[in-house]
Amino acid sequence: MSNNRIEMIRQQLEQTLTPQSLEIIDDSHKHVGHSGAGGMGHFTVHICAAAFEGKTPLQRHRLVYEALAALMQTDIHALSIQASAPK
Amino acid sequence: MDILEKIKQQVEGAPIVLYIKGTAQFPMCGFSARVVQALNAVDAKFDAYNVLEDPEVFQNLPRYANWPTFPQLYIKGELIGGCDITLELFQQGELEKMVKAALA
Repeated sequence: MSNNRIEMIRQQLEQTLTPQSLEIIDDSHKHVGHSGAGGMGHFTVHICAAAFEGKTPLQRHRLVYEALAALMQTDIHALSIQASAPK
Repeated sequence: MDILEKIKQQVEGAPIVLYIKGTAQFPMCGFSARVVQALNAVDAKFDAYNVLEDPEVFQNLPRYANWPTFPQLYIKGELIGGCDITLELFQQGELEKMVKAALA
């Protein structure tokens, strides 16, 4: 179940932002019993992409949220984002 | 009043405005709690709105802000970000500067 979600997140981010590196961590176990998405759907994304070059943290996060827009409505309850541009 | 107009008035109604799940005293979500802690640590005075108590704001703030999640921190009417960005700014010492400038 959560592996599927990670795969969906990975596909969306790879298609939209073609990241150099991408790590997706499922934090859902930390939030069992928490309301919303059945206590599921907490993720951390570490993403490094050329698309973030020259962008503020706010703009970088928006790009990630936009790439995941469909999933934000359903499968993602909370998302922690660490976004960087290649050095 | 139109809901987006109401949100605009809230956002611009104080130098620092925070939308969270729960209250500043009793946040109902870990991300909200961490942002409240960071703001308290830099002595920020802020207006907090509990989105769990206002379903209209809960549904429409993401549209107003083009930002899908909570918490949301605003300084001088402008969206600063959610938990990750606020904590990053806090760790860099930037949050304190922004707060001081906003309250000066």
